[in-house]
Parts: sequence; C-alpha cells; structure tokens
Amino acid sequence: MNATTTTAGSASTRSVLKLKAEFDWKPIALLVVVLLLAWPLIGSSSTWVTLSVAGLAMGLIIFIIASGLTLIFGLMDVLNFGHGVFIALGAFVATSVLGGMADWTASDSVLRNLGAVFVAMLVAMAAAGALGLAFERVIVRPVYGQHLKQILITMGGMIVGEELIKVVWGPQQIPLPLPTTLRGSFVVGDASIEKYRVLAVVIGLIVFAVLLYVLNRTKLGLLVRAGVQDREMVESLGYRIRRLFVGVFVAGSALAGLGGVMWGLYQQSVVPQIGAQVNILIFIVIIIGGLGSTFGCFVGALLVGLMANYTGYLAPKVALFSNIGLMVAILLWRPQGLYPVTNR
Amino acid sequence: MTAVLELKGVHTHIGAYHILHGVDLHVPASEVTMLLGRNGAGKTTTLRTIMGLWAASSGSVRFKGRAIGGPEAQQRTPEIAQAGIAYVPESMGIFTDLSVKENMVLAARAARRAEELDSRRLEWIFGLFPALKKFWLYPAGKLSGGQKQMLALARAIVEPREVLLIDEPSKGLAPSIINNLIDAFHQLKAQSTTILLVEQNFQMAKALGDRVAVMDNGRVVHSGAMAELAEDARLQQRLLGLSLGAHQ
Repeated sequence: MNATTTTAGSASTRSVLKLKAEFDWKPIALLVVVLLLAWPLIGSSSTWVTLSVAGLAMGLIIFIIASGLTLIFGLMDVLNFGHGVFIALGAFVATSVLGGMADWTASDSVLRNLGAVFVAMLVAMAAAGALGLAFERVIVRPVYGQHLKQILITMGGMIVGEELIKVVWGPQQIPLPLPTTLRGSFVVGDASIEKYRVLAVVIGLIVFAVLLYVLNRTKLGLLVRAGVQDREMVESLGYRIRRLFVGVFVAGSALAGLGGVMWGLYQQSVVPQIGAQVNILIFIVIIIGGLGSTFGCFVGALLVGLMANYTGYLAPKVALFSNIGLMVAILLWRPQGLYPVTNR
Repeated sequence: MTAVLELKGVHTHIGAYHILHGVDLHVPASEVTMLLGRNGAGKTTTLRTIMGLWAASSGSVRFKGRAIGGPEAQQRTPEIAQAGIAYVPESMGIFTDLSVKENMVLAARAARRAEELDSRRLEWIFGLFPALKKFWLYPAGKLSGGQKQMLALARAIVEPREVLLIDEPSKGLAPSIINNLIDAFHQLKAQSTTILLVEQNFQMAKALGDRVAVMDNGRVVHSGAMAELAEDARLQQRLLGLSLGAHQ
C-alpha cells in the first residue's frame, strides 16, 4: 500500500515538475550566443561593446514600434501594412515640437533637454494614437477578415499618409538634432557609448516592463492574451473584443509614434518615407518572434538590432541581407517563430 | 412548463451551406435537455446559433421571452453571454497559454483578480474537480484532456449562469472522468441551472436528461421526455440508429 502511494506520489511530483519547466529559454540562449559569438569575430572588446549597445538600442526602438503591430495581428488577424505611417507622423510631430522648444533643447540643463524629448514623445504618441483611431475606423474596419484587401488598403493608407505629411512638413529631409546634453558619448574603458543609445535602451526597457505588467498582471492584459489565442471564446465569455481591439490599435499606434520619435532621434533626421523604411524590419521582427507574441517580438527585435549592427561592421555588403537571412534561419528552426502563440 | 430558451423556425447558413432548416426547440427552465443526433445533424450549429456565433438567417431565438437571435435581434455574442448564457464548445476553448487561475479569472466577469473570485463557489468547484486546485498556477495547455474539460466546465460555472450550453463534454474522456462530469451536472441541476447538452454518449444522456430533442438534417425530429426515449428501443433505433442493448 505504502509502496503504491509513494509511486503515485513521485509520478505526481514528476508531472508537477514537468509542468513547472514551462519557460522556453532557447531563444534567450540564442541571443546570448549571438552576443558572445560576435565578440571574437569583431576582435576589439571596445568596438564590441559599442556595437552591442547600438544593437540593443536599435532593437528596443524596433520593439516599441513592432509590439503594437504584433498584438493587432494576434487579436484580430489584421495585417496592417500601414503601421509605418504612425512612425512617420510621430517623427515629424517631434521635429515640430522640438523645433518649437529650441530654447529647451539648446539649454545645457539635462532636465530641460529630457523634458523637451518627453513632451515631444507625449505629443507624438497622442497624434499617432488619434490617427490610429481614425485609421481603424475608416480603413481597417471595412476589411475585417479579408487579408488581401487589408494589405492593399493599409498600404494605400500609408501612401496617402506619407503624401499628407509632405503637404504639412514638405517633401525634404528634416534634421532632428539631439538636445545638447544627449549628444556625445560616455567613455567606459576604451569603449564609447553614445548617450542617446543609453536613453533609448532605458525607454525601451521601461516600455517592455510596462507591457509585460499590463499583459500579465491586469485583467485587460489577460483579455488581450486570451483574445490573441481565441477571440471567439473571449466573446463567448461576455467581453466585447471589437472594443478591446480598437483600444489595442490606438495603443499600438501611439507606441509606433513613440518609436518614430526615437528612430528619428537615432537617425538625427526624418524623411516622409521613414515609415516604409522601418516597415520591413518590423515585419521581420514580428514573424521571427511568433505572430501575436509580445515576448517573441522583444527577443526578435533585439536579434535584428544586434545582427544589423554586427554585420554592418563585419561585412557591410551583406548587412542588407542579414535580417532576411536571420528570419530564414529562425523559421527553418522554428517555423512558427521563436515563441509561437498556440491555437493560432 | 416555462421555456427559458426557445427557438422557432431557425435557419442558419454558413457561407453557401444551409445547415439549420427550421429548428424548433423548447428548453424548459431548471431542467437538463439533451440534444442528440448523428454527426452533422446540426447540434453544434444550433448551440452556436443560440450563442450568436453564427447568425440565424430567419426564425427567432428567445431567452426568457426576449429575442436574442434571428434577423430582428440586435444581440451579439458578448451581450448574449452577459444575459446569463454560458457556452462550453466541443473544442473546450481553453486559453492554453494562460494558467488555470487566469482562465478562471477571465471567465468571472465581476472579478479583476483571483482574490475577487467568490471563494465559497471556488471551493465548491475545487470539490467537483480537485485537479484544478492542484494545477491552479500551471498553464492550461499542459493539462490532460479530461482536466481541460473540467476547466472548461468550471469556467462556465465560476459565476452563476442561468443557462449552460455544453457541446459533447464526454468526448474522448475516460469513464471515471465522465462519472465526475455527471456528478457535476447533477449538482448544477440541483441548483436549478438550465442545461442544454449535446451528447453522443447515450448512457450519459440517459443518466442526466430530463428532456430530449433529437436532430436530423438540420431539424428537430423528435422531442419529449428522456425517460420515454430511454425505454423505447424501437424509437431509439428509428431516431438514432442505435440499439440500447449494444450500449449497456
């Protein structure tokens, strides 16, 4: 009797242990492997640190932009090829806001400089969020469930958006200089780390932490995660998923606007085609990450950012191909992406 | 006998296919109504039409006298659920990436977090399905088929609902788990919950059903007391093509 109980007990412990080993560390390990492999290839530790920080900063900016898009796709199967217009709007709004706050950006005070950047970010997010609301209602809503039409009309929406941006801000490239105290670099040992990239990493991590908190610790987040898996069941439980989707679309657009400001400051200039330029990268990221997965999007964005910077230094000629190559390699390994959303 | 749920002449089309051809169904309050019929008879479509997941192209679906389905009704699935109807689909609809706890919190519309769940009701549910307590914090996707079915049912009853629509809960489950489910349904019935249950397992239907409706080709071809059908082997043979002897 005792022996039977013990056997049953250990079987149950085993099953509990098996259940506990749920988190998939392999994609994180891949990220670490990429970081470590680049070190000997680059040769110089200081260059490796500089490139890694640049890669992480770029990755986190792409994550901010792509996180909304992956949830928009996950929740309603909407392929929004017009996401780039929110990036462009955010970046152009930032040129106006920072231009209007020239005395703040030219000041030697860190607080005033950061204040100007945060005001630009907030205004850009509000503008992109408002445009997102209109975009969802006018362009996306009539084509729910029709992928081909979604691709065509959202791309069309982005083209119209770009042209409208040219009407307001002109077709030429507009400089977006960093505020005084954010220019230049910190020097750590032999490595030089640009100050703005550190700020981008910090903001990217804050956005990631807030997203993780909302998705994992609030009922709203539970609804979004559940909706990504099975929206019909969420409706059957009594929740209006359309309303939730509009909220996610607006939030995703606002995040793209924030990403646009950060990308513009990263490049220190803005062109109306900025959205279309980043669009390819963000689609690579959400496909690598697993459509609908926020954590996958985070890891995918960091991989893309690091890869772009490492290959740009090591083999500039293949740099353009590197992200497509990365996507192909990851899809050969995991056809559904790094963190596939089940039920999809 | 008051009908809490009533379907009259319901037709449902899915794309080019005409699935329901005028379903008339009367679901009395506080009883278990079994919906039987061969595969493809239209049972699942009937439940989905009641739930508003597929629209009735004509006819009417009424819940406590109020139109919730049909061309004139404005109700959509979330409003139908909020009115007090819970649905457990054949696929169970478990959110596999969410934990058991998160699945339950989501199903309880009044609760924002687990601490706000009705603790007495939760203890009752744990009494019915102890596995859910054991695996409370684990991803629902890791549960066995039987445990997932328990979670699907637990989700539907985490808050009191007037009507439960349940699609083939016994499918693919071991007899001991089926007995567990039957026990749960008996307790729900004792609390005056109205249940409309699609089932292929005739023994389970016999054990639970007060009323029965048999469907064929998108219509209800027989309705009456379950006991009557259970005792009439010829009627079973005619309606369901089964001989009770073979199932005993």
